[in-house]
Amino acid sequence: MKILVCMKQVPQKDAPLKLNDAGTWIRDDVSYEVNEPDAFALEEALRQKEKHKGEVVVVTAGPARAMQVLREALAKGADRAIHLEGDAFVGLDAYNTARAIAAAIVIDQGKDEKFDLIFTGLQSDDYGYAQTGVILAEILGLPHATIIMQIEKRIDQNDGGIRVKRELEAGFFQFVDMPLPAVLTIQSGINKLRYATLIGIKQAKTKPMRKVTMAEVQSAVGGNLQKIEKLHVPQKSKNTEFLEGPPAEVAKKLVEKLKNELRII
Amino acid sequence: MDTILVVVEQREGKLNRVSWETIAAGQAIAAQTGWTLEAAVVGSGVAAIASEIAGKKVAKVYDVESARLEPYTPDAFAYALREFLGKHPAKLVLMPHTYQVRDFVPKLATAMQTTAITDAIGYRYEGGKLLFTRQMFQGKFVADVSFAGSGPYFVTFQNGSFRADKVEAGATAAPVETVTIDVPDSVVRNKPQEVFKEAKQAVDLTQAEIIVSVGRGIKEQKNIELAKQLADALGGELAASRPICDNGWLPMDRQIGSSGQTVAPKLYLALGISGAIQHIVGMKGARSVVAINKDSEAPIFEIADYAVVGNLFDIVPPLIEEIKKAKG
Repeated sequence: MKILVCMKQVPQKDAPLKLNDAGTWIRDDVSYEVNEPDAFALEEALRQKEKHKGEVVVVTAGPARAMQVLREALAKGADRAIHLEGDAFVGLDAYNTARAIAAAIVIDQGKDEKFDLIFTGLQSDDYGYAQTGVILAEILGLPHATIIMQIEKRIDQNDGGIRVKRELEAGFFQFVDMPLPAVLTIQSGINKLRYATLIGIKQAKTKPMRKVTMAEVQSAVGGNLQKIEKLHVPQKSKNTEFLEGPPAEVAKKLVEKLKNELRII
Repeated sequence: MDTILVVVEQREGKLNRVSWETIAAGQAIAAQTGWTLEAAVVGSGVAAIASEIAGKKVAKVYDVESARLEPYTPDAFAYALREFLGKHPAKLVLMPHTYQVRDFVPKLATAMQTTAITDAIGYRYEGGKLLFTRQMFQGKFVADVSFAGSGPYFVTFQNGSFRADKVEAGATAAPVETVTIDVPDSVVRNKPQEVFKEAKQAVDLTQAEIIVSVGRGIKEQKNIELAKQLADALGGELAASRPICDNGWLPMDRQIGSSGQTVAPKLYLALGISGAIQHIVGMKGARSVVAINKDSEAPIFEIADYAVVGNLFDIVPPLIEEIKKAKG
């Protein structure tokens, strides 16, 4: 199986974020990490390769710093990486991000990469669109399934297809049979993540990393179809009372509220 | 005059109640813009749902039918709606942000060379321009987002963004038109099996009056015990955000959020939970929320009645003691 994993670098979960002066984006002097569901997508790709042989390729779109995500993926066992590199990729909407990725994998040195499976995380922790994977499937003309918790090759049917387990709302699930090639968006928790080994980290340095500039995919990318006009700090819907002081005092105050205001105790 | 189309959601022939919220959104936008509001239900043998919707204040209801629409597949739904919108154009198409909708809407929008603003929580109409608000960075910021291009513009609304009880009834029943779509065999590539529940729910958190819920801030599995003691002291149930259940620290049936249970207790005490959107949708119906988190900017504080910025490991032990004292 030849698997592509689309990964993204996002601000660290507990990083304090500040808006830029124009209020249109965050200031980029924060720590970054791999988008969590993407880490599970990579892990799943590595497990599928261990079971069925093949190749795992990772791709990201973003500035130079985003290469860290690819390096980590190579250290964990991905075979090669594609970096759509440049600040120009940062502000793209999901439609154009998907078009840029599609252009980069279909026109790889004049030939289609022909992946059997393409994985993305189910959504990113920054934009939270939950769209790029599904859009990529439509652009490439492939079937897709979202929020996947399990992937099995259907050996019984011998039709080369897969059976995936979709997560639905409120604790419901569904198995879906589908042909390959296909695009799947992967849910966090589908597997247990591995750590990179020292040998892996060493080997990563010698693995191929292809750089793609915006100029190379420009013809596929158009103007954004949706525009972020302004970001702002959310308005509080509640009058939050902050309880302050040393822990023992805070505990007393809180119990007083639970007793006299909320009447829980 | 432009048209707003609300596509309600049905599953196995039953209306998903969250659709009423989307109709309320459509009615509000129609009142402000002066645009015409129509609704559609997409499925196989779903005329009864179309009639139910027709009792509300909408200009028209379409019953979009094809045998291939049952069971749900993204291929058939995207195909049918694209065909439908080709014959009955709409400027703005609204849907609830459900797992089903987010499975097919990006495909549909892409096929129509347009885009979807997903998981919106509200809108504004300013100087003839529609802006939709959506949360970003896990709820730390809210963005005003506008559409470019000629549409149709797709928008999905998060659960609870509009009030279902605000839906206005119509003076007379709206006309219902059945539109049959021929979805060719070759379009549908996925074969979905029966929907099922993993294990029987051992605990029904929806009935709990007090819930103590833990998030990443609990750090290690052994610390769950501390939260358990707090829950016991309060006489409440223990619950968790998704990462805790993913780690296997608590069983999946104690998960609160879009993929877990939706609860509305008298007290929701959030320990080390940052408050990502997927979690908030499962607990924002709580009558009161107490949040303890070391990050003063954690989004959970935006919906908290009482907030404690600090280390939960410092605060919870004396809190347990104080509760025990208060209960005598």
